[in-house]
Amino acid sequence: MTYIQLSYGDLVLPALLVVMDGALSLVLRLKLERQLAIATVRMVLQLVLVGYVLTFLFAAVSPLWTALAASIMVLFASREIVARQKRRLPAVWSYGLGAGCTLLAAGTVTMFALLTELRPDPWYHPRYALPLLGMMLGNTMTGISLGLDALTNGLVRERAAVEACLALGGSRYQAVLPIIRDALRTGFMPIMNSMAAIGLVSLPGMMTGQILAGVEPIDAAKYQLLIMFLITGGTGLGTLTAVLGGARLLTDHRHRLRLDRIPAEKST
Amino acid sequence: MLTVSGLKRLHIAASFDLQDGECVALQGPSGVGKTLLLRAIADLDPNEGTVKLDGALREAIPAPAWRKQVTYLAAEPGWWSDIVQEHFTAWNDALPLVKRLGLPDDCGPWPIQRLSTGERQRLGLVRALMLRSRVLLLDEPTSALDSASATAVECLIAERVANGTSVVWSTHDNAQARRIGSRIFAMSADGRIEEDRP
Repeated sequence: MTYIQLSYGDLVLPALLVVMDGALSLVLRLKLERQLAIATVRMVLQLVLVGYVLTFLFAAVSPLWTALAASIMVLFASREIVARQKRRLPAVWSYGLGAGCTLLAAGTVTMFALLTELRPDPWYHPRYALPLLGMMLGNTMTGISLGLDALTNGLVRERAAVEACLALGGSRYQAVLPIIRDALRTGFMPIMNSMAAIGLVSLPGMMTGQILAGVEPIDAAKYQLLIMFLITGGTGLGTLTAVLGGARLLTDHRHRLRLDRIPAEKST
Repeated sequence: MLTVSGLKRLHIAASFDLQDGECVALQGPSGVGKTLLLRAIADLDPNEGTVKLDGALREAIPAPAWRKQVTYLAAEPGWWSDIVQEHFTAWNDALPLVKRLGLPDDCGPWPIQRLSTGERQRLGLVRALMLRSRVLLLDEPTSALDSASATAVECLIAERVANGTSVVWSTHDNAQARRIGSRIFAMSADGRIEEDRP
C-alpha cells in the first residue's frame, strides 16, 4: 500500500479556505466568525489529540487502555443522545438508557465483527476495535435518539388514545404498541436512507479513506459493505432496546401511562 | 358493591360505598377534581387508599382486569385507530347500541374524523358499554350532546343500572343529576365530597 503523506505544512494552504470563510462572514456581517474560529480550533485540537492518543493505543495494544477509550466514547455518545431529546426523561434514566443501549448495540456488533470476520490478533487490537466502535456508536446514537424522541413526543400527542385503551382494560403493551411502532420506524429511517443513497450520492468517508490510502476500490467497497451491515444491525438492536426501555419507563406496573415522569419541558 | 375508603390523589380525599344497581351523580365546579377522582378509582393515576369490588382489593387484581370491571369513560374519548370499527372486537355486536344512540349504522368503515364531536362521544360510550363492566365511571358523558341524544344516553344507562350495573356519573347539569342519580355527591374546592339526597 502506498499513500501520499501530509506534513503539517501541507495543511496551511487548505486552512486558508477557512480564513476565507471567516473573511466572508466579516464582510457580509454574518457574525459567524467567532463561532467559526472556536469550531476550527476545537476541531484541530480534537483531531490532533485523537491522532496522538490512537498512536499511543496502537503501540500499547493493551486491553485496559482500549476499554478505557471505548467507555469514554460511549459516555460521549450517551451525552449526545440526552442532548438531542426535546422532552427529556429524568437524567439518571436517560443517561442510563442512552449509555446502556449504545453499549449493547454498538458493543455487540463490534465484537461480532471482531470475533467472526476481521479476527485481528489480538482480537481487541485498538487499530480495529476503536474505529469500528466509533462508526457503530455514531450511527446507533442517531437511531436511538430519534427513536426515543419519537416515543416521548408520540406518547404526549396520543395520550388520549393510549389512555382510552388502558381504561378499557388494555395492557400497557397493547396501549403503547402503535407509538412504539412509529418510534421504531423513525429511528430506522436514516440508516435506510443512507443505504439507498450510498455510492450514488455520497462516497462514505471510510471508503474514501481507504481508497486514498491505496486500497483497491473493490476491496474498499467490501469493507464498506461490512460496515453498513454492522451499522444496520446495531441500529436495529439499539433503537429497539431504547424504545422498549423508554416505553417501560413511561408506564408502570399498574399499567398506567406515567407522563408525569417527563420533567416539565424546557424551552429551547 | 364498590367500596372506596380513604382514596387520596393530589388534593382529593374520598370515601363512599356504591351498591350494585345504584347510580350516583357527581357534581362540582369545573377544575374541582371530579375527573381526578374517577380516574383514581379506575387506577389510571397513582393514588392511595383502599378500593374494593365485592370485597376484593383492587391491588390483588391485575390492572387491566380491574379496568374491565371498573371502567372509566373520558369526556373526550381517545381513538387509537383511524377507522371506527377497529375500536371494537366485534363490531356487529355493537351495532344495536350504535343504532340506538342515533349513530349512522353504516359508520363502521368510516374514518373517525368523519364523526362529529357528539357522535364520537356516543361512540365512545358504546365502546365502553361493550365491556359490560360492573361499575361505570362516566365523566360528563353527555357534555357534547343535544337534548334528544342525551335522553337516549340517560335511558340506556338507566337500563344498565336496573340490571345491576353501578354508575358514578359526573355532570354539570343539576336537572340531569336529579334525574339520573339516586344520590348526589357534591365535590368542593378542598377535594372532599359531601352527599346531598335529592
